[in-house]
Amino acid sequence: MTIWGLMLVCGMITFVIRYSFIAAEGHFQPSPWFVRLLPFVPVAALTALVAPELLLVDGGIALGIGNARLWAGLVAIVAAALWRNTVLTIGLGFAVFYLLRGV
Amino acid sequence: MRAGARFALGLRAVLPLLLGVAPFGVIYGVVALQSGIPALAAMAMSSIVFAGSAQFLLAQLAGVGAPVLLSAGAVGLINLRHALYSASVAPMLAHLPRRWKLLLAYLLTDEAYAAAIPHLISARKDDASAAHWILLGSGFGLWAGWQVATLAGVVLGAQLPAGLGLDFALPLTFIAIVVPMIASRAMLAAALAAAATAVLLAGLPYKLGLFLAALAGLAVGALWSRESA
Repeated sequence: MTIWGLMLVCGMITFVIRYSFIAAEGHFQPSPWFVRLLPFVPVAALTALVAPELLLVDGGIALGIGNARLWAGLVAIVAAALWRNTVLTIGLGFAVFYLLRGV
Repeated sequence: MRAGARFALGLRAVLPLLLGVAPFGVIYGVVALQSGIPALAAMAMSSIVFAGSAQFLLAQLAGVGAPVLLSAGAVGLINLRHALYSASVAPMLAHLPRRWKLLLAYLLTDEAYAAAIPHLISARKDDASAAHWILLGSGFGLWAGWQVATLAGVVLGAQLPAGLGLDFALPLTFIAIVVPMIASRAMLAAALAAAATAVLLAGLPYKLGLFLAALAGLAVGALWSRESA
């Protein structure tokens, strides 16, 4: 199969996954446990994306001061909790990141 | 709030994520050409597949001539977590005509979802009828940024210096989005469960660790909220 065919197949698969529940809405009666899971999607899915970025270096857990991403991330978490300001959170996170890396 | 203002809200919310996505888009363009994919096809993939990690994988697999079934299966697994976003936004899009649902599903990436979701939740409380414009704003913003970044990689072969660490903008922005959403112990439990599982399962192929970690977070959060209810 050409690269074009492969792209079309993979594009279709990706689209079907993204469309799945949007398309099904209204056509099925979600069970109570399903409804109870939904509010946790943003926090669970996005935290899953963040945690390995902060904690893992070359596949291993790194808690030392040499892991700039971890400490910058922790500062960002505290900043986000205190001030709920996106720009400030990202700015402080990058500041600590560059500081610890020695830019 | 009018439609235009909501679109702008979504667009603004996705901007910091573009900072982190841009280096990936540029590198994808370069990698795709190196694996022998023609420039036009490499560009088109950013519209047709429109999924960062899946495109990287496809570029690599195409380079070594992997079988189609394997490539397609791998892409499906990598993007499995998008089904969770689909389930999450589905109730908010239920009233829309099909063309809207198709368009917003096509644009539903990690970043577009993350940028829009806090605003979608608060919009639902006052006026849900125009909430989809927020998702269109973040979705379009990310799509446009991804096309530009890919083009830069394909045409210029340019590399943003990896040493800048611009990709760190992604976790930082996700932190800025997620932390204010943790307003209960059940949410905190969901976050901790997802974080621990994601780190433990990071070695799994096709980003399956991310998907399983999200499921673990959902389960723990739901169980916790039932315990305390």
